Amino acid sequence: MTDLGRVLVLAGGLSPEREVSLRSGQRVRDALERIGVDIDLRDVDGSTLPALASDAPAVVIPLLHGTSGEDGTIREVLDLYGLPYVGAMPVACRAAFDKATAKATVGAAGVATPRAVTLPREAFHDLGAATLIDRVVARLGLPLVVKPRSGGSAFGVGFVEEAGQLAEALMGCFGYHDWALIERAVSGVEIAVGVLDAGDGPVALPAVEIQPLAGVYDYAARYTPGATDFHIPARLDDDVLQAAATTAVTAHRVLGLRDFSRTDLIVDAAGVPQFLEVNVAPGLTDTSTWPMGLQAAGLDLAVVWRDLAAAAARRAAG
Amino acid sequence: MVASEVRALFAVASRPEIVSLAGGMPAVDALPLDAVASPVADLVTSRGSVALQYGSAQGDPELRARICDVMAMEGITDARPDDVVVTVGSQQALDLLTRVFIDPGDVVLTEGPTYVTAINTFAAYQARIVHVSLDEDGLVPESLRETLARLATEGARVKLLYTVPTFQNPAGITLTAARRAQVLEICRRAGVLVVEDNPYGLLSFTGEPVRAMRADAPDGVVYLGSFSKTLAPGLRVGWALAPPPVAARLVLAAESAILSHSMFTQLAVERYLATQPWPEQIKAFREMYRDRRDAMLTALAETMPAGTTWTRPEGGFFVWLTLPPGVDAKAMLPRAIAARVAYVPGTGFYADGSGRNAMRLSYCYPPPARIQEGVRRLAGVLEAEISLRRTFAHEPVIDVPSQ
Repeated sequence: MTDLGRVLVLAGGLSPEREVSLRSGQRVRDALERIGVDIDLRDVDGSTLPALASDAPAVVIPLLHGTSGEDGTIREVLDLYGLPYVGAMPVACRAAFDKATAKATVGAAGVATPRAVTLPREAFHDLGAATLIDRVVARLGLPLVVKPRSGGSAFGVGFVEEAGQLAEALMGCFGYHDWALIERAVSGVEIAVGVLDAGDGPVALPAVEIQPLAGVYDYAARYTPGATDFHIPARLDDDVLQAAATTAVTAHRVLGLRDFSRTDLIVDAAGVPQFLEVNVAPGLTDTSTWPMGLQAAGLDLAVVWRDLAAAAARRAAG
Repeated sequence: MVASEVRALFAVASRPEIVSLAGGMPAVDALPLDAVASPVADLVTSRGSVALQYGSAQGDPELRARICDVMAMEGITDARPDDVVVTVGSQQALDLLTRVFIDPGDVVLTEGPTYVTAINTFAAYQARIVHVSLDEDGLVPESLRETLARLATEGARVKLLYTVPTFQNPAGITLTAARRAQVLEICRRAGVLVVEDNPYGLLSFTGEPVRAMRADAPDGVVYLGSFSKTLAPGLRVGWALAPPPVAARLVLAAESAILSHSMFTQLAVERYLATQPWPEQIKAFREMYRDRRDAMLTALAETMPAGTTWTRPEGGFFVWLTLPPGVDAKAMLPRAIAARVAYVPGTGFYADGSGRNAMRLSYCYPPPARIQEGVRRLAGVLEAEISLRRTFAHEPVIDVPSQ
C-alpha cells in the first residue's frame, strides 16, 4: 500500500454516459490497485453522501461523465464535505461543460472555433421553428452539426447536410438537452488533445487522430473496439501539431481547468485547429483517446493517477 | 457486437430509481424458493452421480416425458419424448433450427414486430428476414399469402415462418383459432415450416391455455417451449418438439454445439415437475401477471394522450403501444430515462427499420404501483414529445398582437 490513504473513484450515476463512466472508473481503479493504492470504486446514488460522511476517503477521483459529473455538481458536493479531489473546480467545470460558454471563452483568447448559434427549444416553440430554421441556415450555411449544449459521447448529436434535416436533428438533440448548439460543420482531420498538469503547468499530450471507419465519430464508433482507427501522433505537419497542442493548453488555461482535460479539435483544410469542445472528465476507457495520448507520451496511467491523487491531497493540506 | 446508444441508456435503466417497463424478466421472486430448493437438494444426494455426469445431446428422457405432459395442457396430446430435444432455453432451439435450415440469403418470415433476439439469430446466419403484417387478431393470413406470392416471383427461398402466436412478444397479441388454421394451410401449401415459439402459452389470464398450432399440424410445425416463464429463466431449460427427421438433425446440431445440455438443471426441472404442485404455481403466476396487466391497462387508459393506442393482452408479459403519428419512440428514450422510466423502442422488433412510432411495455417485473407510476411518467414524457413535434410542425404559438 502507498501512504496516500484511501482513494475513492466515483463513477456511474444516472447520466446516459453511465456505462462509459463505469468503464473509465474500473480502468483507473484496476490500474491503481495494481500499484498498491488503497482504492475503492463507488457508483453514485442515495447512499453516497452518508458513506462520504462516515468513512471519508483521503482523495476522490470523480469520473462521472455527463450532467452532475462534468457540470461541477459532484465537485461542489465534495467541496461541501471538504474532500480533496482530482480535477477542475466547480466554476471551471460549469464554463467548460457548457459548450457555448467554452467556445466563447476559448474564442476570446484568439482560438479559432466554428461559427455557431445556441438556442433553446422554447425559441423554436415561441418564435416559429420554420422561420428560425431558415434564418439559422442562411446565417451559418451548410453543412451543420447539432449538439446538445452540454453532454458527451456524441449523444444527441446530429449532422445536417440539407436544411430539411435540421428540424429532425434538433428534435434528436432536445432529447438530451433543452438547448441546442448549432455549429457550422468543418471538414478536416478530427483530433483529440489531452492535457496533463503533473505539477509544472499544463502540458499537451500527443494528439490522437480519430478516423471513424463509418465516417462519423458517433457513439458506436467511440465505444466499439475496431470501429475507429486512431493515429498517434496525428498525421499532421509538426507546426500544425504544435498549434493544436497550444490550443489545447490555451483552452485548459483560459477555462481555469486543473490537473487534466481533453480538447477536441478539427484541423481545417488550411491547417488551422478549430476548437470544438473541452472535457473536464474525459473518458478513460480502452477506446478513449486521453489514455492513448498518455501512453504515447510514455507515461503510465497508474503512476499518473496516483500522482494526481497525491497532488490533490497536498493541495487540500494547504 | 456494436456499442449502441440504446444499450447505454438501458445501463441507466437498471438503476432502482428508474421504473423499467423495458425488460421481459419474469418475476422469479414470486416463486417459492423452497419449492425449488428441496428437489434440488434431494437431487444432489440421491442422483448426484447422474446429475453431475455428461448427458445425451437430446436431453434427459425422463424430463422429455414430463415436457410432453406440459405440452398436453396446450392440446398437444400426440407428442413423443423421442421427438423432443431439450435445449439451453428455447433460444438455443431457435439457433439450432436456424443453423440446420438456413443458408445465407434464405428467407425467414416473421410477424412484424417480432421477438428481438429471433431477429438477431436469423441475422447471424445471414437469413433475409421478411415481416408479415400483424393486427389485433394476430398474423394476417392475406399478408402472408401476398408476401409468399411476391417472394415466389423473386425466386426467393422461403424456409421458415417464425411466429409467436400466443401472447406475442412484443405485441401481446394472440392469433385467433380461425387464422391459425389458415396460416397452417398457407404454409403447408407453400412448403414452409412453421416455427411456433410459445414461451407464454400457459400464462393465460382467462385460465384456459390457448391451443397450440402444433396440436393441429404435427408434420408442419416445430414447437419451441420454455420453462423460463413458468419456472425460472436462470435454469436455462427449453425444448423443441419437431417432426422426427427434424428432431434428428437438431440432436446432431446440439451435439456439435454443446455435446450435452447441463444434466443438473435438466434433472432439477424434472424433479420439480415430479414433486411440486407446478400447475398451482402457474396459476399463481397467471394471477400475479393479470393484476399487473390490469394495472398497466388502467394506467394507460387514465393517462395516455389522445392518438395513442395499445394492445390488450389476454396473457403473457407485454403491451404494444403505438404513438401518435410523427412521434419517434427511440428519439424520446433519453427524455424518458431522464424522467426515470424506460421502455423498448419499437424499431428493435423489426429487421427493416419500422416501428419508430411504437414501443414495447412490459408489465411482468415491476409490482402494480410501480407500473402505474411508470406509466404516469411515460405519459408526461409523451405529452412533452408531442409538444416538441408540434413546435417543428407549426408556426409560432405566441400570438402576435394586431396593430
